[in-house]
Amino acid sequence: MTTATPRRFGFGARLSRWDLKLSPYLYISPFFLLFLVVGLFPIAYTAVISFMDWDQVRGKGTWIGFDQYAYVLGQPKFWIALRNTFSIFLLSSVPQMVFAVFLAALLDQNLRAKTFWRMGVLLPYVVAPVAVALIFSNLFGDRYGLVNTALQGIGLEPIPWHTNAFASHIAIATMVNFRWTGYNTLILLAAMQAIPRDYYEAATVDGAGRFRQFFAITLPSLRPTLIFVVITSTIGGLQIFDEPRMYDQYGTGGSNSQWLTISLYLYNIGWGEWNFGRAAALAWLLFLIVLVIGAINMLITRALVRTDGDQR
Amino acid sequence: MKLTARRFAIPVAAAVAAASLVLTGCSGGNAPSDPNAPITLTVATFNDFGYTDALLKEYTASHPNVKIVHNRAATSNEARENYFQKIGKSGLADVEAIEVDWLPEVMKYSDLLAPVDAKLKDRWLDWKSAAATDKDGNLIGYGTDIGPEGVCYRSDLFAAAGLPTDREAVAKLLQGDWDHYFEVGAKYTAATGKPFFDSAGGTYQGIVNQIEAAYEDPKSGEVIATTNADVKTAYDKVLKASKTQSAHLSQWSPDWMKGLSNGSFATMLCPGWMLGVISGNAKGVKGWDIANVFPNGGGNWGGSYLTVPKNGKNVKAAQELADWLTDPAQQIKAFSNAGTFPSQQKGLADKTLLGATDKYFNNAPVGKILSERAKAVTVAPFKGQRYFPINDAMQKALTRVEERTQDAETSWKQWTDEVTALK
Repeated sequence: MTTATPRRFGFGARLSRWDLKLSPYLYISPFFLLFLVVGLFPIAYTAVISFMDWDQVRGKGTWIGFDQYAYVLGQPKFWIALRNTFSIFLLSSVPQMVFAVFLAALLDQNLRAKTFWRMGVLLPYVVAPVAVALIFSNLFGDRYGLVNTALQGIGLEPIPWHTNAFASHIAIATMVNFRWTGYNTLILLAAMQAIPRDYYEAATVDGAGRFRQFFAITLPSLRPTLIFVVITSTIGGLQIFDEPRMYDQYGTGGSNSQWLTISLYLYNIGWGEWNFGRAAALAWLLFLIVLVIGAINMLITRALVRTDGDQR
Repeated sequence: MKLTARRFAIPVAAAVAAASLVLTGCSGGNAPSDPNAPITLTVATFNDFGYTDALLKEYTASHPNVKIVHNRAATSNEARENYFQKIGKSGLADVEAIEVDWLPEVMKYSDLLAPVDAKLKDRWLDWKSAAATDKDGNLIGYGTDIGPEGVCYRSDLFAAAGLPTDREAVAKLLQGDWDHYFEVGAKYTAATGKPFFDSAGGTYQGIVNQIEAAYEDPKSGEVIATTNADVKTAYDKVLKASKTQSAHLSQWSPDWMKGLSNGSFATMLCPGWMLGVISGNAKGVKGWDIANVFPNGGGNWGGSYLTVPKNGKNVKAAQELADWLTDPAQQIKAFSNAGTFPSQQKGLADKTLLGATDKYFNNAPVGKILSERAKAVTVAPFKGQRYFPINDAMQKALTRVEERTQDAETSWKQWTDEVTALK
C-alpha cells in the first residue's frame, strides 16, 4: 500500500462534511423537539402522577406506588369498558372498511360530476361529532325514537337502545361509521386512482369481468393503503370518546356501564371523581393497550406488505 | 413620554381622591388603599345570570373608577373546568360564578377564596349560606339564586283521572309526606292506567335533598351512604312506587323531553328554573300548572354563588362588586332579566317577585308560590367530597331497576360495591 499524500481538509470541506451529516438531523429536529415538549413530557408527567394520590388544584400529591394501577385493574368497570371498547371498535371498523372500499370502487368509475360525488362522501365527516350525536340520539330514542317508531309501525318489537349493551354498541358504531366512512373512502379512492389503468385494459382484453378485476387487481393493489387505514382506525377506535359521551344526557356510559369505553372511564375518574392519579394510571394502561394492538398491527402489516412486494 | 404621563397621573388621582373624600363626607374610613385608582374588574358567569350591560352600568356609574368586563361561558361545564384548572394559580376572573353542584369540590379549596364579610351573612336564607360555609366558619360564596321546588302537574290529565285541577286544591291534595304523594299517584294510576311521575331518579333526588347527611358524615367526612337507613328507605320507597307510577323516562333524555308534551306523566318535581324547561319543550301543550306544595316540606334544586379568588389583583374591589351584585335590589333586577330566583331574605319579599306570574302555567303566580316554597326549605343537605360519585352511582342504580336490567336488590348491592370502591 502506498501512502498517498494526505489530502488536506480545509475548514470549508469539513463544514460541508458536517453539513452532509448533521443537516438532515437539524432539519427534522423541530418535530422531535416539539414532540419532546408537547408529547413526551406530558406522557412522562402522567406516568409520575399515576404513582401518586394527586391533587390537581394544588399541584401536589403523595407517592403511593402501584396502588392506582392495582385499583383500576381490580375494578369490574375497567374490564367492562375494555370489552365495550373492543366491541364498538370491531362493530365500527369492519363494516366501515367494507363500505369504504365499496364506495371508493363506485367513485372510481367514470361518473358525471366526479368532484361533486367525491366531496359528497366527505360531508358527514365535516359535521361536528356533537351534532351527529344529537341527530342520532333522536333516531335511537328508546321510547319515541325514529327507529323504534318505525319498527313498531311494521309490527316489530322496539329495541332497547340504551339498556342492552350490544344494541347500544351498534347505535354508537353507526355514528362512528357515519362520520368516518367517507374519510376512509377518499383515502382508498386516492390509492385506487394510482393503480395503472393498463392493468384493467389488459384484464379486459383477457376477458375478465368487473368483479374479477376488482378482486384480482383493485384489492391486492390497495393492500398497503388498507393497512394504513386499518391502523389509523384502530387507534381512533380504541380511544373512542365523543360518541359514547354524547350517547345519553349524562355522558357517563349508561346505568350498567353498557357503553362505557376506556376513554370515557378515564374522563369520569378524572373529571367526575376528581381523582387525577387514578385517571393517569388508566391513561397509561390505555397507552399500553394501544401499543400492544399497534405492535400486532405492525407485525401483520409487515407480513402482508412482504407478500405484496413478492407479487410485483 | 411614559414617565411624564405617569408623573402627571399620580397628582391627578390624588386630587380626585381628595376631592371625592371631601364630597362624600367620610367614606374613606373603610377603604384601605386608594379606592379611587382606576381598575378593571372581570366577572365570569355562565348561562344567564341576568347581569345585563345596563345592570353593570349602574355599578360603574356609582364607581367611575371601575371598569367591568363580563365574560359569559355558554355552559356551566365549561366554566367548571376552567375554574378548577386555574383556582389557586392565575387566570381566574376577579369575581367567579360557581354552581351549587360543584360546591363540594370548591369547599375543598375554600382557603383559596376570599371570605364574604361576616356582616353580610344574614342577607341570605340560612341554608343558602350554610352550604357555602367551610369548616373554619368562613362563608366563601355570595349567594345569587336558588331553585325552590313545587310540584308541576298537568291539570287536563288530573281532570281525566277525576282529581282536582285547581292549583290550590291540588296543593291541598298533595299536602303531606312522600307516602301520601305516592298514594295520590296510585289513585291516578288506577284511574287512568298511566304513569304519575317522570322517573325514579328525579323523584329520589327530591327525597335525598331533604336528608341532612345522606352519604357522608359532616364531621368526619366518612362515607355512610351504604349503611344510612334513610337512604335505603328512600331507595325502596321510590322503587316500590316507580313500578306502577313512573314513566321510566330518565330526566333530560330525548324521550323525557317528548314526555313533557305527550302526557307520558302527570306530575314532576319542579324547581323554578324547570318552568322554562317545560314551557320550552312542550310549547303547544295546555294544562301544565304549578302547585304550592312539596312532599314532606320544602326542597331546593340548584342555584349559584359568586366567589372571589383570594389571589386576585383587586380582591377588595371585587368583594365590593360581588356584594353589590347579590344585594336584594340587584338580584330582583336579575330575576326580571333572566328569571334567576333570589336567595336573599329581602329578595323573597320583593313586590316585583311576588307579583310575577307565568302565562304558560295558566297565569300561576309563580313568584309568590316559589317564594313560599323557598321559605319552606329547612334542610341544607351536606354534600361532601364524594357526594357526586355516590349520587351518580345511585341514579344509575335506580335506572337499572327502571330499565329492568336488574331487580332492586341486585342493583342496591352493585351500588354498595361501587361506593365501597370509591375511596
